[in-house]
Amino acid sequence: MRVFLQSPEGFLGWCANVSALMIFLALMLAVVRLIRGPSLPDRVVALDLISMLLVAFLVIFAYASGVYAYLDAGLALALVGFLGTVAFARLIDHNGDTGESS
Amino acid sequence: MIDGILGVILLLGGAFCLIAALGVVRMPDVYVRMHASTKAGTLGVGLIGMATAGLVAESGFVVKAFVVVAFLIITAPVGAHLLGRAAFKANTPFWKGTTEDPAVQNFREPD
Repeated sequence: MRVFLQSPEGFLGWCANVSALMIFLALMLAVVRLIRGPSLPDRVVALDLISMLLVAFLVIFAYASGVYAYLDAGLALALVGFLGTVAFARLIDHNGDTGESS
Repeated sequence: MIDGILGVILLLGGAFCLIAALGVVRMPDVYVRMHASTKAGTLGVGLIGMATAGLVAESGFVVKAFVVVAFLIITAPVGAHLLGRAAFKANTPFWKGTTEDPAVQNFREPD
């Protein structure tokens, strides 16, 4: 059960792998809500959670692979994810809930 | 010893991320789901950032990890508040267990 090609040896490597695996499971669950969510705000909540989980994964990946530039990618994703949430909130605020109720 | 503690914190962060996603799938309506996503999600990312910052212990990495975590802690409540306000104004349905103060309807149509 290895998520990363390169990770630290021993207990720390195991922790990083298991943590990344849990984030993968969480991403799948968030995608379930993104597809199923009956209203538009539901989907936006799922998108917000997905960007947050990707930031967490990038931080773990920067640690495990030793390529610290991935931390910059996580920082940029945190900024852009927040802007996306705000933009969607403004859209719902102005246009109402335009998502179809399935 | 320190490494063991930091590893356990890393695992806890992953577990909180998983709990956040579980809450988003299982909770009954938007407003309740937002609790799981913002609170548990922020805690999970914060724990993971702190643990990796302690493990790498280089000044550039530590500062950037702290900036990521601080930024998420600042922005997650703001985004959740905007989204909850917009969902309420768009008449997104409540869970049947939610009781509502009638005066809150004034907020929906401001004059």
